[in-house]
Amino acid sequence: MVHSFSMNGTQIVMDSNSGAVSVIDEMTYDLLQTLGEKAPEGALPQDVADKLSGYKKEDLEEVWQELLSLKEEGILYAEDPYIDIVKNRPNRDSVVKAMCLHIAHDCNLRCKYCFAETGSYEGPRGLMSLEVGKNAIDYLIKASGHRKNLEVDFFGGEPLMNFEVVKGIVRYARSIEKEYGKNFRFTITTNGILLDEDKKKFINEEMGNIVLSIDGRKCVNDAMRVRVDGTGSYDAIVPRFLDMAESRNQDNYYVRGTFTRKNLDFKEDVLHLADLGFKQISVEPVVASADTDYMFREEDLPVLFEQYEALAAEYVKRKREGNGFQFFHFMVDLTGGPCILKRLSGCGAGHEYVAVSPDGDIYPCHQFVGNEDMKLGNVKEQGLKQEISNMFRDSNIYTKPACQNCFAKFYCSGGCPANAVQYGGGINEPLKMSCDLMRKRLECAVYCTAMQMEAEEA
Amino acid sequence: MKHIKTLTKGTLKETAKKGGCGECQTSCQSACKTSCTVANQKCERA
Repeated sequence: MVHSFSMNGTQIVMDSNSGAVSVIDEMTYDLLQTLGEKAPEGALPQDVADKLSGYKKEDLEEVWQELLSLKEEGILYAEDPYIDIVKNRPNRDSVVKAMCLHIAHDCNLRCKYCFAETGSYEGPRGLMSLEVGKNAIDYLIKASGHRKNLEVDFFGGEPLMNFEVVKGIVRYARSIEKEYGKNFRFTITTNGILLDEDKKKFINEEMGNIVLSIDGRKCVNDAMRVRVDGTGSYDAIVPRFLDMAESRNQDNYYVRGTFTRKNLDFKEDVLHLADLGFKQISVEPVVASADTDYMFREEDLPVLFEQYEALAAEYVKRKREGNGFQFFHFMVDLTGGPCILKRLSGCGAGHEYVAVSPDGDIYPCHQFVGNEDMKLGNVKEQGLKQEISNMFRDSNIYTKPACQNCFAKFYCSGGCPANAVQYGGGINEPLKMSCDLMRKRLECAVYCTAMQMEAEEA
Repeated sequence: MKHIKTLTKGTLKETAKKGGCGECQTSCQSACKTSCTVANQKCERA
């Protein structure tokens, strides 16, 4: 399917099935908009020409011929040949290759939007023992079959509250990875309060990525990311995060923020983080129940779309001026990126990717931890509860009705399954608002990347 | 072409032939944790 859009004075057409992207002039854009979902065929229809009477007929004919030519080449209106891949794929055994270890169900902050219920995940506060951590590593090695690269993310709560166990798990995994032909890749997510020189050194030696939680401007961050006594965290974390970013040569990290209904002008927070000197930035919409006062409402979408577009314009401008930064949701590789098989199946939650609670219980991902109905097993025993695991494994873009006519399907892979289960209509029915935001982000990502590609050509 | 400038012809069909090794990063391990962002991941073989 074909999707054309106009952003910041540039018109773009994407072909979902081939992955082709073209910059088009205004006349082509108007013609595509007039055609709607119809593909060009034969001669330019008179009714289409009549609707575009502001343009000369011969110019419209010229555009029509270009569209027909690109259709013939398979660059526009390409068929979807991928459904057969899904249909013909044999039932596979689950291969777990990534784990999110909830190293601490405790936190030294009380962030108001925390999906982990300020660290405890609706259960008792607690820390993972080294024994459970080692069991998780053993489980992952056995469950990963022939996969070589295995990922472990230390998450919480706040993982620095249990850092000796983090170190013990890393050392244990490193001590056995060669023997089993594996390569562990570690990441850690932290609020920064306990970050010091020793931890920084260990993290920089062992972790391929670190996610540093900060929401942006001081007033925004300190309204949500508060300590137990209610005071804000901004002043304590900013110097530590800047030091951490520099110590990693401004690469292989993200400062990651959450924006909510309380800061609909989130563009200012992204730019604030960039102005502080961070080069790898991710600021994402909050995930929360509709009955909270900070979750977005349908009427907020136009404002959020404006913010994304304005951010995209500034993003392109700063890149051109040599003062650019990376914004996670505007990154898309239009000439490569993941293969179609990955794009069909998504994040792998529940079968390739699982989360482990401090007592070793396995859940489909970090957002399900504590939900007893979704428990998949325990790291002390190999295997996953097949009924639940298969539900995730068998869900793909072809099992989701809303994906069928969506241009974003091969970019978002059907969206976040946890979001669909918790706030949508089930694993195959994503929340509409999440899809709306995803589509706008994708347009912005394609726009920013297209502008960069054009600049590089020039 | 005068009206349409193709920046990329796309490679999705090509990747169907040789993809699926599963060695690439799991999307939620990168930064997101709340939003599926598959298309900005890298191919391990690229």
